[in-house]
Amino acid sequence: MTHIRTLSPGTTTLEPAPAAARARPAVEFRSVVKRYGAFTAVHELNFSIEAGTLVTLLGPSGCGKTTTLRMIAGLEQASSGTILIGGENVTARSAAERDVSMVFQSYALFPHMTILDNVAYGLTVGGMAKRAALEAARDKLALVGLAGLEGRLPSELSGGQQQRVAVARAIVLEPRVLLFDEPLSNLDAKMRRQVREDIRQLQQSLKLTVVYVTHDQEEALAVSDRIIVMAGGRIAQDGTPRDLYQRPASRFIADFIGDANIVPALLEGRDGALGRVRVGMATLTLPHRDLADGPVELAVRPNAIRLTSDQDPSDGLLGRVHFAAYLGDHMEYEVAVALGGREVMLFARTPDVDAPLSVGDAVCVGFAPRGVTVVPP
Amino acid sequence: MKRHLGFWLAAGWAAVLVLPWHIGGVWPVFWPAGPQNGPSAGDGMPALIQGLLLGRPWLLASVLPLLAALAGLWAKGRAKDGAKGEADERARSAWLTAAGGGGLGWLLVESLAVTQPGLGLGAAAYAVVCLVLGAHGLALRGWCKGDVFIVASIGLVLGSILVFVGFPVVTILLSAVQDNDGRLTVAGLFDKLTDSGIWGLGCVLGTGSTCGVAWNTLALAGVVGVLTTGTGLAFALIAVRTGFRFKAALRLASILPVITPPFVIGLAIILLFGRAGVVTDLLSTLFDIPRSRWIYGMPGVAMAQILAFTPISFLVLVGVLQGVSPTLEEASQTLRATPWITFRTVTLPLIRPGLANAFLISFIESLADFGNPLVLGGNFDVLSTKIFYAVVGAAHDQGRAAVLAIILLSFTLSAFLAQRRWLGRRSYATVAGKGDAGLPSPLPSGVRIAASAVAALWTALTVLVYGTILVGGFLKSLGRDNTLTLIHYQTAFGIETGPNGWWFSGSAWDSLFTTLGVSLVAMPLTAALGLLTAYLLVRQSFLGRGAFEFLTMLSFAIPGTVIGVSYILAFNTPPLELTGTGLILIIAFVFRNMPVGIRAGIATLSQIDKSLDEASLTLGARSFTTLRRVILPLLRPAIVTAMVYSFVRAITSVSAVIFLVTAKYNLATAYIVGRAEVGEYGLAIAYSSALIAIMVVALLAIQLLVGERRLGRRTAALPVSTSASKVNA
Ligand SMILES: Nc1ncnc2c1ncn2[C@@H]1O[C@H](COP(=O)(O)OP(=O)(O)OP(=O)(O)O)[C@@H](O)[C@H]1O
Ligand SMILES: [Mg+2]
Repeated sequence: MTHIRTLSPGTTTLEPAPAAARARPAVEFRSVVKRYGAFTAVHELNFSIEAGTLVTLLGPSGCGKTTTLRMIAGLEQASSGTILIGGENVTARSAAERDVSMVFQSYALFPHMTILDNVAYGLTVGGMAKRAALEAARDKLALVGLAGLEGRLPSELSGGQQQRVAVARAIVLEPRVLLFDEPLSNLDAKMRRQVREDIRQLQQSLKLTVVYVTHDQEEALAVSDRIIVMAGGRIAQDGTPRDLYQRPASRFIADFIGDANIVPALLEGRDGALGRVRVGMATLTLPHRDLADGPVELAVRPNAIRLTSDQDPSDGLLGRVHFAAYLGDHMEYEVAVALGGREVMLFARTPDVDAPLSVGDAVCVGFAPRGVTVVPP
Repeated sequence: MKRHLGFWLAAGWAAVLVLPWHIGGVWPVFWPAGPQNGPSAGDGMPALIQGLLLGRPWLLASVLPLLAALAGLWAKGRAKDGAKGEADERARSAWLTAAGGGGLGWLLVESLAVTQPGLGLGAAAYAVVCLVLGAHGLALRGWCKGDVFIVASIGLVLGSILVFVGFPVVTILLSAVQDNDGRLTVAGLFDKLTDSGIWGLGCVLGTGSTCGVAWNTLALAGVVGVLTTGTGLAFALIAVRTGFRFKAALRLASILPVITPPFVIGLAIILLFGRAGVVTDLLSTLFDIPRSRWIYGMPGVAMAQILAFTPISFLVLVGVLQGVSPTLEEASQTLRATPWITFRTVTLPLIRPGLANAFLISFIESLADFGNPLVLGGNFDVLSTKIFYAVVGAAHDQGRAAVLAIILLSFTLSAFLAQRRWLGRRSYATVAGKGDAGLPSPLPSGVRIAASAVAALWTALTVLVYGTILVGGFLKSLGRDNTLTLIHYQTAFGIETGPNGWWFSGSAWDSLFTTLGVSLVAMPLTAALGLLTAYLLVRQSFLGRGAFEFLTMLSFAIPGTVIGVSYILAFNTPPLELTGTGLILIIAFVFRNMPVGIRAGIATLSQIDKSLDEASLTLGARSFTTLRRVILPLLRPAIVTAMVYSFVRAITSVSAVIFLVTAKYNLATAYIVGRAEVGEYGLAIAYSSALIAIMVVALLAIQLLVGERRLGRRTAALPVSTSASKVNA
């Protein structure tokens, strides 16, 4: 959790030197709590987001992502804590007074206005002259590839086009922070990949600061500079996509990002940064990640599992194929193995589709060192 | 913000320096007309002048809040950021909150504690200014996410409901515990509430010939509720579940009660079934059935009410029946149930909440109805007419009127709460977003025949009734002397030319012009207040929202008669002395019909995705701009509905305003009822049909003028909330 700034108690106002302005985080949360009645949706949230980066809030349904995003936007009031945008304390400011724009899940295009009026809306209500506002709006529509559709009503566009209008409308104000709440959820699978690449490209070329909410880990890995994983209203881990995938802080992260199998194991000794980990009859050499010797858990990626039909258990475990599915370019298996006195299902993915195993086959389960990490139990 | 504050502050100074503080007096601004000399000659002067010159020093205190607000304006943050800026903000917020709270508090204490003439325009403006100043202060403190407009709107709506709904209701409660000289007699209240004239059971126990008026009212409402629900169900089944070809006509017929003044059906029934009625005549000559007065009393009133309210229950039940998924009935059929068993075990249970709802709505309608019992009741009294006679009759017993009004109010309120609590959310019939394929099962033949018979009877009666209304005005005296004549129209709407040119000599013109004027003024106010309230209820969450909702809801459930009585009790004396003015009619219409606006607004707003507001907010538009540029254009159907209904209901309303009209400000309905009471049925019918014609023309004109703009998929149909909006006609 390298990005969390710890504050000495009593620091309530931020008075940065003007020279430090560039180094100010675009968004900063200090002990922000959100309660709905007796229910606490977000607990003591602390994080900061550098300007010019795309940070994703990722987590299972109901973990408080949308709530957090809406608190940045000013659509929800924090119950306590401080929210800073560009170094300014905006906690008590309404959404209209924050330098933030949002792309809504439903796009929220005004149905009674043309596309052009939609995009120009933020400028005209901000007091810009109509003509200049329309000009700027036209530019932004061209930027997102919708030149020529300016006169249409939102209902006359496809879902993907509507999404791009929503993006144009949000960036036309050149906000300090751009917020996306599950922007791809109304698109089909093919469009999703396309649009998320577009968003990423736009963010990088315009050097936008983006906070992006999703519950899809693949989407998060693909677009983010940094991912903040939330669970139950708290931050579970905060790091780059690589950090999260390769060094999950907990079995929850390992499971949530990349569907790891969680296998009980024993850390038996260490040698520098590496440790000896025994799992069943096999012994692996892995970074011990400063865990104490003794029981640990292994997060094993599905494609790090090697299945062989030989019966030599010295480099692995013995198991039996429980379920097999053919998916074109790979096979998926569920293998039942006995570990620590109980049966554990392992989920494996192998590229070998020509000589598949069948249900009931006895197999030996081995582990490729890449794709296996120890996690705290 | 500073500019706005400056404006409101200037308005505040104008209120105490320029505008007449009290009603009356000789101040030449806006509200003059009063004695030119004598002790009350200065009543109309502004507060400060009265305070300085007329020996009313307490009025001078009105400047203190304005000075406090001025201090707040100067405390405007010079440093934009940092601790200094925040301290400035806090000081400003404190000054403004104090100004608002102090001003309103002072006004309240001053107006209740000091004997003085009724408050005038200056005091009203002063109250609004204080409210807005206070709202600025609270918004600075972070109330409603710092939004002045929202805080001020909540204050305004809440304040006006408290003054024009809460205060009269409290007054009525108070006057129930007072005797006619204003002395408190709590002891007498119990006796009054349990009076045998109200609760007596003589007719059942055989100890007397009549029952208490409360039982009369409940019995009538119960009978009407059941029969109306049945008739409505018959029509709904025919419309939804048969191949009936004239469904459009059914829909059209459902508009009828909206544009028919409530007592008109009663009038027609007298002309048809009265002692000298057309049908009575026919029966007597053909079958020798003796003429009688059976129609005067419960049978006649019930008949009129069933005819009048069936369309409302039809609309409720059509919605419910359409919501029953055909797949459920298909499932039942595939399980080998006959149509009758399917109907009994699947369809009926599914629409049971709808039936209960329709029953309660008709029940409340019947409780609140005033016009039909008035013209048809004879010796059969119900609460609403009893209240009327207690006020206008020889006894002139306002305390008794208040007691009766409290009983009536408790009935409607209980029924209304029951409707909300039990049925508000409990509906199994759902209209899902996904297309539900399947065909509804055919009606069992017994049900179909029964429904058709009921519907045919209703239709025949309705055709007769409206035929009578249309034709009756053109006959000398329907039933007695059926010569064609224009005499009634001439009496009512004559235009003559004399030495001074043309003039409206007809007897109805005055009341017609007043009605149209008052309705037209009330229309936009009703719509604006109702829709603003709906917006606050649907879109804003704030402290005390539940209480706020309850208060607005309360005004849904108050019968017109109760409003009328409470208004004369509350607004007859200072500080709010409004009786006898046209203003009180406007106010009565606004607060009686506001629920229509609220319902139309809530229905439409809940179809408008909240993220539209939020998108506008994040794009830098404040809530007022958002309301104006995003919400209002999308609310257009609701605006039309609210305007149309408030206009039409103002024209047709009788129960509340019959207490408030004066010779100078008479209204069409009150005039018609007056004619009917003295037996001038021809004139009454002629005037009624003219009113109906005017409303049809107005409805068509509004439809044509406003039209509907296409929003693609989002086009919201004009929500015809008749069912709900007629609840307290
Ligand atoms: N207005 C509200 N009142 C009460 N509870 C709320 C409200 N809004 C959200 N919550 C609760 O707060 C928690 C977090 O909600 P939030 O919308 O932030 O979830 P999320 O992470 O965005 O989930 P999803 O991926 O399903 O959108 C949920 O448990 C939700 O039930
Ligand atoms: Mg969400």
